[in-house]
Amino acid sequence: MDEVVVTSRIRLARNLSDVPFTIKMNDYDAGLVIDKVRDVISRNKQYKFDFYEIRKLPLLKRQVLIEKHLISPALVSSKIKSAVAIDQNENISIMINEEDHLRIQVLYRGQNIQMAWEDANRIDDFLEEHLPYAYDETWGYLTSCPTNVGTGLRASFMLHLPALTLLGYMKEIIETITKLGIAVRGFYGEGSEVVGNLYQISNQITLGQPEEDIIANVISITNQIIEQERQARLKLLNENRAFIEDKVYRSFGILKYARNISSNEALKLISDVRMGISMGIIKEVTIDKIDVLLNLIQPAMIQDYFGREMTPEERDIKRAELIRKILD
Amino acid sequence: MLCENCGKRPATVHYTQIINGVKTEMHLCEVCAKQKGTIEFDTPFSVTNFLAGILEPAFGSQVMKPSFEIQITCKGCGMTFEEFKRTGRFGCAMCYNSFSEKLYPIFRRIHGNTKHVGKIPTKMGENIAIKREIDKLKIELNIAIKNEEFEKAAEIRDKIRELEKKLARE
Repeated sequence: MDEVVVTSRIRLARNLSDVPFTIKMNDYDAGLVIDKVRDVISRNKQYKFDFYEIRKLPLLKRQVLIEKHLISPALVSSKIKSAVAIDQNENISIMINEEDHLRIQVLYRGQNIQMAWEDANRIDDFLEEHLPYAYDETWGYLTSCPTNVGTGLRASFMLHLPALTLLGYMKEIIETITKLGIAVRGFYGEGSEVVGNLYQISNQITLGQPEEDIIANVISITNQIIEQERQARLKLLNENRAFIEDKVYRSFGILKYARNISSNEALKLISDVRMGISMGIIKEVTIDKIDVLLNLIQPAMIQDYFGREMTPEERDIKRAELIRKILD
Repeated sequence: MLCENCGKRPATVHYTQIINGVKTEMHLCEVCAKQKGTIEFDTPFSVTNFLAGILEPAFGSQVMKPSFEIQITCKGCGMTFEEFKRTGRFGCAMCYNSFSEKLYPIFRRIHGNTKHVGKIPTKMGENIAIKREIDKLKIELNIAIKNEEFEKAAEIRDKIRELEKKLARE
């Protein structure tokens, strides 16, 4: 299944009852929330968290965390003090003073949404023991935005759907699943563009359904999309083998030999190769390896990898170098 | 292509946003992109703006609104209901209480529901769990009565009484 599901993610939005929400917060309140949460997190014995105040982080490091999907762009552009706690395996991140006081996020590779939910739920229980959560009997967890109230839960999958895209089915699929309360977004979440045929799908509704039902609903729709993508790949292979092999090998060739490549071009080519591996066309590279590449080619990750800041032109050259090295 | 912001340096950061099929593009140089926070991007299609649009019609147009209507203000953070409609964000936990009556139609529009049935925090949870159990039993009681299963109904009634007593003690 991991040839289609790239990552699984659970996010819980939580707020404290005794501090104004972030829209009405000043830096003093923001600092207070950060201190409180930092103190509670440090008492956790199960996970080892590193704690970062966003304003104290260099710009490059902030961008790296965004590209690793450990923090959101909104946390970085927050007008008040914000912070994040990240566990050492980089699966769990707790954002502080994003849109809500707390955003507990668990991200796993492949289809591991259940495991992500169990982790998120456990951390939520632990935090709730020590922090006064804003909760109402009728409306559940009170959030800054009315679209998150109730469970505060967003369950999402990053799906790689090259065949459905190539066959032109995506518009119809998006229209249909949107009607079923599922949102479709790009690589970096809300408001971002779909690149490399990577689509993020998640639940829209957070109120009136128990967490397990919300997650089951997203899983069920995802499973159907996975099946459709598999059928589409088979169809492409059976009916257009020559075309597909040519496309996959050309992309593989460019990746292997290019000397200068932008992240957008790299993403598109990686998408083709990823599909090619799952179709059995390319055998010398694994999906795991290609997924490492998928992360590393991003602008800040490239600079982080080589340990220095670079101009965009320099990055394109170094990106090509890195891709060659990994594919070799 | 030159940067759209300074018009001097070449544009190297190209940002495209597609929301509901509407595409917005921005081309910036690295310096201006950094100043703008790289990802920060003004768009008329943000969730907040759409939300404000969703909230508006539920309360009638400006023309229909009686001029003597008293503005509701949250006692916790001072946010007015107008402000909430404009920003699509609550100011604090108390806003939910302050705007309580006006929130039902909004939540129904967004979620199709107005009652949380999910997780209950353990610390404050026991009472809520009992109340939920009572609600569930009351439905069962009605069904039992309808089906003329009076023995079963009596059993359920006793269970409800017991739980109500427990609730009163808490």
